[in-house]
Amino acid sequence: MLSDETLLDGLQRAAFGYFLRTLNPRNGLIADTSRENSPCSIAVVGFALSAYPVAVQRGWMARADAVERSLATLRFFHDSDQSGSPEATGYKGFYYHFLDMHTGARVWRSELSMVDTALLIAGALTAGRYFTANTADEIELRELVDVLYRRVEWCWAQDGEATIRMGWKPECRFLNYGWDGYSEAIVLYVLAAGSPTHPIEGGSQCYEAWTATYQWENLYGYDFLYAGPLFVHQFSHAWIDFRGIQDRFMREKRCDYFENSRRATEVQREYARRNPRGFLGYDENCWGLTACDGPSHHLPELANERRRLFGYSARGVPYGPDDGTLAGWAALASLPFAPDIALCAVRNMLDRYPETLSGPQYTSSFNPTLASADRGTWVSTGHFGLDQGIVVMMIENHRTGLIWRLMRDCPYVGTGLRRAGFRGGWL
Amino acid sequence: MPQRNDPDSMAAHDVHERERLSNVHPSGWRNPPPADRYNLVVVGAGTAGLVAAHAAATLGAKVALIERNLLGGDCLNVGCVPSKAIIRTSRLYAEMRDAERYGAHIPADIRVEFPAVMQRMRGIRARISRADSVRQLIAAGVDVFFGQACFTGTDALTVDGAKMCFKKALIATGARPDTPPIPGLVEAGFLTNENVFDLTVLPRRLLVIGGGPLGCELAQAFCRFGAQTIIAQDWPLFLPREERDAAQILSDAFASDGIDVRLNTKAINVRVEGGQKLVDLVSDDYKSTVAVDAILTGTGRVPNVDGLNLEAAGVDYDNTLGIRVDDFLQTSNRRIYAAGDVCLEHKFTHTADASARIVVQNALFLGRKRLSALTIPWCTYTDPEIAHVGLYVRQAREQDIPVKTFTIPMHDVDRAIADNEEAGFVKIYVKERTDRILGATIVARHAGEMINEITLAMVSGIGLRTLARVIHAYPTQADAIKKAADAYNRTRLTPTIQSLLRRWFR
Repeated sequence: MLSDETLLDGLQRAAFGYFLRTLNPRNGLIADTSRENSPCSIAVVGFALSAYPVAVQRGWMARADAVERSLATLRFFHDSDQSGSPEATGYKGFYYHFLDMHTGARVWRSELSMVDTALLIAGALTAGRYFTANTADEIELRELVDVLYRRVEWCWAQDGEATIRMGWKPECRFLNYGWDGYSEAIVLYVLAAGSPTHPIEGGSQCYEAWTATYQWENLYGYDFLYAGPLFVHQFSHAWIDFRGIQDRFMREKRCDYFENSRRATEVQREYARRNPRGFLGYDENCWGLTACDGPSHHLPELANERRRLFGYSARGVPYGPDDGTLAGWAALASLPFAPDIALCAVRNMLDRYPETLSGPQYTSSFNPTLASADRGTWVSTGHFGLDQGIVVMMIENHRTGLIWRLMRDCPYVGTGLRRAGFRGGWL
Repeated sequence: MPQRNDPDSMAAHDVHERERLSNVHPSGWRNPPPADRYNLVVVGAGTAGLVAAHAAATLGAKVALIERNLLGGDCLNVGCVPSKAIIRTSRLYAEMRDAERYGAHIPADIRVEFPAVMQRMRGIRARISRADSVRQLIAAGVDVFFGQACFTGTDALTVDGAKMCFKKALIATGARPDTPPIPGLVEAGFLTNENVFDLTVLPRRLLVIGGGPLGCELAQAFCRFGAQTIIAQDWPLFLPREERDAAQILSDAFASDGIDVRLNTKAINVRVEGGQKLVDLVSDDYKSTVAVDAILTGTGRVPNVDGLNLEAAGVDYDNTLGIRVDDFLQTSNRRIYAAGDVCLEHKFTHTADASARIVVQNALFLGRKRLSALTIPWCTYTDPEIAHVGLYVRQAREQDIPVKTFTIPMHDVDRAIADNEEAGFVKIYVKERTDRILGATIVARHAGEMINEITLAMVSGIGLRTLARVIHAYPTQADAIKKAADAYNRTRLTPTIQSLLRRWFR
């Protein structure tokens, strides 16, 4: 049996390989998925910018190569069309969610995405904290990062409201997602609060308004800040080390977001053990309900399937959506919070469903309930950038804490956390 | 006023309707001569008016009750009663189609006989109308007047020309459906709660505009009767007041039923072409047009303040918010009170009832009962039902009350598993580090029945510690409440107590 270290190293390196294969070297954009004609997702670019330092540190990539790739990306965004027109790349320092891989223009009539821009900027700031040599390239890199961060007009995205609007389109202006409760957006609020140029109006009040819809729940015997899908408990943690630091809400609850994610991981495990919908495969070592690809009736092989299928969806516990689809990588991304149970689940799922790896990389999801004699367990085709990115970063945070360390030293993050009301611990 | 302009709308005048009308507005009725002066004149004979009139007359007051249309108001005639009757039938059809899940055969020929559904509803409505009948009121000593009330001064009004004076008056004229300002809607014709129960033919294709309680309940019911149903809600979730998980579960239930769910979607124009209604919908930047045979709107209610000449009575009001009352339900005229939908934010039958009882005490017995002291539950009768009482978490946090939720998914409740009714949850909100119940939301097949236990606990000041000592019959779905109380008790086992217990058992 592979040692934990060997297993993790193999999975982490394989996940990093995604960013090598799906890069457009001319503009540094990374594809959303490995599927044909996939556009770029700006969030995936944020993960790539964070993954290059990991690769350099681990000796998988030459520093100069990583700088060159990062620079290509940062130069592209710096020089991109910021007019906010339907074919532009961004507006007010934010970027459209999906971009053409070659031209960088908006595609799919996608929205100017505040949270995805935050993930992109978080990646840029990570690069800026890692590439600190006094070479011309690395100086330029840091300057570009600073410009990109400073030009984001976070306060504009409030549209006069207490909280940040989550999307905007040139055709209809701000979108009404009506988001309520805890989400992956802490990193957005921290970056928005920490800006020296365009911080959110109201600072801590804006953050508090966002947390006003939090629900502290006792579910399956665990007290935690509730959110159904696992990625909500993971994404902001890829960059920010929440161990020991508390905002007002967590002080009141005598908890912190890191411990909260550990409990959320335990809740996932409990849900899978109960398996209320009776799906095949689920147990205490086979879980991972999160935002991922999934089976849909649009697939020819599933056209006659009678069950409800949710395609790409933010699956969650305990209320679903749940169609029997699990993301193996989601357990891995909980490694820093709950290493024992996460590793146990990872090993168990890989052992029972080796097909969830395609090549050495995690596919987006698998569904044992939809197995058939000819194709076996249903497995999502290709690879998704977000999945690979979170795997690279969370394994690294578990192994060395590299990303957390870099971002702890980022003054914008420190300022943003303090303005949001965080105290204690490393702050 | 009610929109009774849909071509499919043709009320059936059968034996049940004749019985109901003879109860709630007998033909040939002649108003009695008014007394010189009444202790209480009640304007409007919906739930609030009937409750107040009966209660005041029972206590010996000289009471007049004035109604311009039907006794019983919306609840009996075009609201709770008829809707629950057809919802029950729609549940039965859903269960028939779902029979395999219960280990039963799906009937070979599930044929919906919509006229029979509506006939059953009319029978139930007629039966329940007996309790609200004019005869019952007369027997209770109430003088009943049919006609339009019009205030002529601060202590007098007329009904169809007949003048009556009062020591105290209660305005309980209710509310009516709001007409959404969608170009072409009125011309094309549309349904509201006021005429949808007159239908005798099931619309083949139905668009429901509005994702509030009425829209949600009827969209699901009509879908289950076989109408191709679209529901368009101008918000990212249904029932915006309820918590996200409740609304999410409802969206999933709708999708399972086959309803075409259009969230975050506005209807912006209606036109008629080739005998069908074409409705333009817009969701952010996505536009589409749907063709339907009927449109049902459930986008809010406006208070009935028209025609009363409230200015003469010195009663302040607002056309949207209704009659202005204080916490004692007194209007700007100290002789005149209001109750029910005409003045309340929570437009429910049971709040109309409770507010009417407050008025009787305050108006006739120098009482100082407060509206704000009421603990008001409510329920949306979809499948699963969504019931709530007390504060929401958001409201508690806005008031700086630290709140913790004890959540029991229905899939952890044995009876729900046995019943194949696992969708939903019981969430009880308590003040952090206490067992004081601030509120609760229940999503379950019979949430409306279950919420009453929480309401009782709240009104009685019973906390979760005591609820944990209440033996619940096993197996029942209400056992979820006991489980939540047990979960609370487990959190009292702090590490210190656990350590002491370990030492005890060493």
